[in-house]
Amino acid sequence: MQIDLAYIVDELPLLWKGMQVTLLLTLLGIVGGVALGAALAVARLSRFRPLSLAAGLYVDLFRLLPLILLIFWIYFLLPLWLGRPIGGFYSALVSFILYEAAYFCEIVRSGIQSVRRGQVHAGLATGLSYGQTMRAIILPQALRNMLPVLLTQSINLFKSTSLVYVVGVRDFLTAADVIGTKDNRLIEMYGFVAVVYFALCCAASLSVNRLQRRYAI
Amino acid sequence: MERYSWNWAILVTEPYVYWILSGIVWTILVALAGWVIALALGSVVGVARTLRQPVVRAIVGAYVETFRNVPLLVQIFLWYFVLPELLPAAAGQWLKRDLPHAEFWTAVVSLGTYTACRIGEQVRAGIEAIAKGQTHAGLATGLTLPQVYRHILVPVGFRMTVPALTSEFINIFKNSALALTIGVLELTSRTRQVAEYTYQAIELFTAATVVYALITLIVTFAMRVVERRARLPGMIQSARTGP
Repeated sequence: MQIDLAYIVDELPLLWKGMQVTLLLTLLGIVGGVALGAALAVARLSRFRPLSLAAGLYVDLFRLLPLILLIFWIYFLLPLWLGRPIGGFYSALVSFILYEAAYFCEIVRSGIQSVRRGQVHAGLATGLSYGQTMRAIILPQALRNMLPVLLTQSINLFKSTSLVYVVGVRDFLTAADVIGTKDNRLIEMYGFVAVVYFALCCAASLSVNRLQRRYAI
Repeated sequence: MERYSWNWAILVTEPYVYWILSGIVWTILVALAGWVIALALGSVVGVARTLRQPVVRAIVGAYVETFRNVPLLVQIFLWYFVLPELLPAAAGQWLKRDLPHAEFWTAVVSLGTYTACRIGEQVRAGIEAIAKGQTHAGLATGLTLPQVYRHILVPVGFRMTVPALTSEFINIFKNSALALTIGVLELTSRTRQVAEYTYQAIELFTAATVVYALITLIVTFAMRVVERRARLPGMIQSARTGP
């Protein structure tokens, strides 16, 4: 068996197209997931019991589902609800946002809770309002505490986007799969995909480690 | 949404009920068999990562980094499609043609080796948390380093690891759904299949969701029993539920 590197180079433009879809899904998933997750975290920390219970239920429910099953759920349910087909890309994106929000919620919540309670009292005692205390004292520290975990979870999402394979979206893995199947070159294609994911994720987690060392409180 | 015609009876209609039940059985088989590999390999990896020998550390470190940084789905494809081609012809042929339930064993090995690298990190953290003081204490009482590992670091480090294992155990059940990509007819795959035949997707995916919820509950309760028995007196984790 021979591994043909020139073959991979020939197919790079198509693979890059797939990688763009992967990166776009990751980026939009992070933005949507963090936004929804932060809202859920605020709800979970709320003094209003029904709100915090509902947010807790959301987190528990979405964390017990396999992501693939959630993708199937959305792929089927969303068109039924909207009354028109929406395609694999948007189904997958909605699934990632809903799913990751549950994880981001817990990260944001523990980030906020990691700041000692005394600091709220101290802020209020110096005459700041609750909002000012949150904005100027609690949130900046919370953000520094949660940033490494947020980034690690984002790397996880980057890897998880490969699951769009099950709804036929042409991400990096699926593009490689299509090309490799057509030319009977699955070894080169899957091997290349693994190497690229490995290099990118390694580089990303190394930078997260470095960041963590520099910004830890 | 109002055009959806509900039919919960589909869940107990033959032959679908048997398909779903067999899907549940395959999910449990894949996850449990993978868990056996994950625990065994993960323990070895975790201990090896705390050793001083540079060669051992490098090999095990490379293993952990590789399996942690490549998506599980890609790993499954590598095991299933690429490995048989890289092996000597006879072995590859056996994997592809002659091995019964090849897709099942592939899923088990993929999940097992993937989860093992995560468990390895937990075991390493458990051992490192106690290693410093207790290694010195053990050596001072006249034990050799292997004896320190055997009698102190491994048993105590393992008990520190138990709470973290709960979420890995739940994860392996969730991750077992990826086995559907190579044709294992586990729960998610079966419910999707019946949903496509009958157009009763909501009922079927609800059933799957409930089963995964039950699995999560059962694992959580079972592990809580293990946690209680493995708890180390005097550690913070025991203070929470103390007497």
